[in-house]
Amino acid sequence: MNGEPVIDVRGLTKRFGDKTVVDHFDLKVPRGSIYGFLGPNGSGKTTTIRMVCGLLKPDEGEGTCLGHDVLHESVKIKSKVGYMTQRFSLYEDLSIRENLEFFSRLYGLDNLRRRVNESIESLGLKGRAGQLAGELSGGWKQRLALAVCMIHNPKLLLLDEPTAGVDPKARRDFWDTIRLYASQGVTTLVSTHYMDEAVQCDRIAYIAYGKKLLDAPTAEIPGRLGLHAFKLDNGDLDKLSSILKGAPGVDILARFGASIHVCGKDRDKLAAAVDRVRDMEGVRIKEIEAGLEEAFIYLMAESDDNFSAEDAA
Amino acid sequence: MISFSRIAAVFIKELVQMRRDRPTFAIMIMVPVMQLALFGFAINTDPRHLPAAVELRDEGPLTRSFLASLKQSTYVEITDIVHGEAQGEELLRSGKVNFLIVIPENFESDFVRGERPEILVAADASDPVAASGVIGAVGEIARRAFAPELDRLPSKLRGGAPPYNVVVHRQYNPEGVTAFNIVPGLLGVILTMTMTMITSIALTRERERGTYEALLSSPVRPLEIMVGKTTPYILVGAIQTGIILLAARYVFDIPFTGNMAAFVLVLSIFIFTNLMLGYLISTVARTQMQAMQMTFFVFLPSILLSGFMFPFRAMPAWARAIGEALPNTHFLRMVREIMLKGASFADIQGDLGPLLLILFVLAGIALLRFQRTLD
Repeated sequence: MNGEPVIDVRGLTKRFGDKTVVDHFDLKVPRGSIYGFLGPNGSGKTTTIRMVCGLLKPDEGEGTCLGHDVLHESVKIKSKVGYMTQRFSLYEDLSIRENLEFFSRLYGLDNLRRRVNESIESLGLKGRAGQLAGELSGGWKQRLALAVCMIHNPKLLLLDEPTAGVDPKARRDFWDTIRLYASQGVTTLVSTHYMDEAVQCDRIAYIAYGKKLLDAPTAEIPGRLGLHAFKLDNGDLDKLSSILKGAPGVDILARFGASIHVCGKDRDKLAAAVDRVRDMEGVRIKEIEAGLEEAFIYLMAESDDNFSAEDAA
Repeated sequence: MISFSRIAAVFIKELVQMRRDRPTFAIMIMVPVMQLALFGFAINTDPRHLPAAVELRDEGPLTRSFLASLKQSTYVEITDIVHGEAQGEELLRSGKVNFLIVIPENFESDFVRGERPEILVAADASDPVAASGVIGAVGEIARRAFAPELDRLPSKLRGGAPPYNVVVHRQYNPEGVTAFNIVPGLLGVILTMTMTMITSIALTRERERGTYEALLSSPVRPLEIMVGKTTPYILVGAIQTGIILLAARYVFDIPFTGNMAAFVLVLSIFIFTNLMLGYLISTVARTQMQAMQMTFFVFLPSILLSGFMFPFRAMPAWARAIGEALPNTHFLRMVREIMLKGASFADIQGDLGPLLLILFVLAGIALLRFQRTLD
């Protein structure tokens, strides 16, 4: 993580009508890192990404992306950034090859044929290059979208919920590819609300209602939240759940297979709540250190879907 | 600044998408064929075999010769021969016949004496288009019928005005609408409709399918998108024009008298103007449905106020002002001048200038309207 940050913006604000969708957002993304945007639907993740790559004009704020001014040099930014949209946005009536060729030409790339062939080969789609993009399954569409994003060797990848609707195997493969790019120095900013994706990130910013609530290296997040946790197993888990859910001090309750984890910020209250079920038949209680999973469940449970105009943008 | 590679990217993409979208492409080609059939054949402005009644108040060799000539012309079919005055009027009024031809009393003797008796042709004015053919032809029919008789007349009646007089009664006189006039006009109307419609969804379709976001996130510029998206359809317009011109020549026997270079120039500018108009619509319309409605909003005046349907000079001043702002008005004038009257470049300058002005204004507004962001 060397040199100046790839993205360095301050006070980024976007309003749609009288609704502030992104509210004075600061973001510093170091080179070569995988940076996660976590937050519920409508929290402003997509809007922030669009402002960074010049698709939306911020109402307030300033900063740079890849050394270019986000307010005035969006054309230069666009030519160096690979942006993968939340919804599949390639041409479904063009074939895989034609989509790759179209975007290669838009970026003015040389050695078009060689580049496209290499891309098709690395996709593992050599025999199917003539197939229409609209006929591909969700997982393949997503791989094609990533290949199009990478066709011009961008320094920065912006991925907006890239693996929504993709099966776990494809999602794992996808992340292996992102890791590979990161090792080659490509910076990635990815928005998600999947926990297993969030843990892949080096650093995470948590957003709700257009505001950044937390910004830390992934490993430090549980500590930052100050969560305490107890693990309960054995015994009648359904009954335990119904008693503990919503009890004072229990901020979240989650089932993990044959056990229940309860977490809360106030350790005394949490311990008191757990004490009430200590005498139940067969139950085993153990205090544990709150991990990433508990942290994410806590964060996601904190705020429900943020009602906002994000999708209308 | 402007990259040819990016224009080519959009151009090639549009061509491929056009090729894939077979139904739309088929419609684009079928539209001129169907409209030609509809306007060119079905709406027959040179009708034949129209029913006619003849009211004979006199009879003789001259009258018989005239009736034979009428039949021969195929313009009318004589369905009734009547003798009383009221009878013929009744047939015309009831619509059983389109024409009533009256041979006056003492026609034969007046003719020979040089008193120029009147043959009255009363045309059913409620169908002026149907009437116009016969009205135009009846003078010539009479001349042919009486030509052999003239030779037998005393010499003092020859040479001067014919010794008879054909009087036509009609309530109004429409501009002579014939296939000669309509087919070149159709060219303008078909191009206006198809060219405007196809580009009116150019951006709207990208927006609706979600591909707009990917397009905008690339470094492509508004002018590059505009040129790349409109130029492929010039080819479609050229194919349509080819079909119409071939039909004009071989099906409707319309002579092409004018300057081909002038025609191609005018045609190219006109096609491009309509593509720009459609493109401008697509920068405004939010959905493809809206784009279609806006296209029709422009299309109707292009038919009604451009001089295609009604004589331009007969319209009130405000309607003429709207007409002057429509590309089709200028195109129609120029193409009729070139195709029918053999006009050259110099003759059409008065309309070429305004058409170019409309083109640049449309393109300018479209570029200003183009949103480079998703705001």
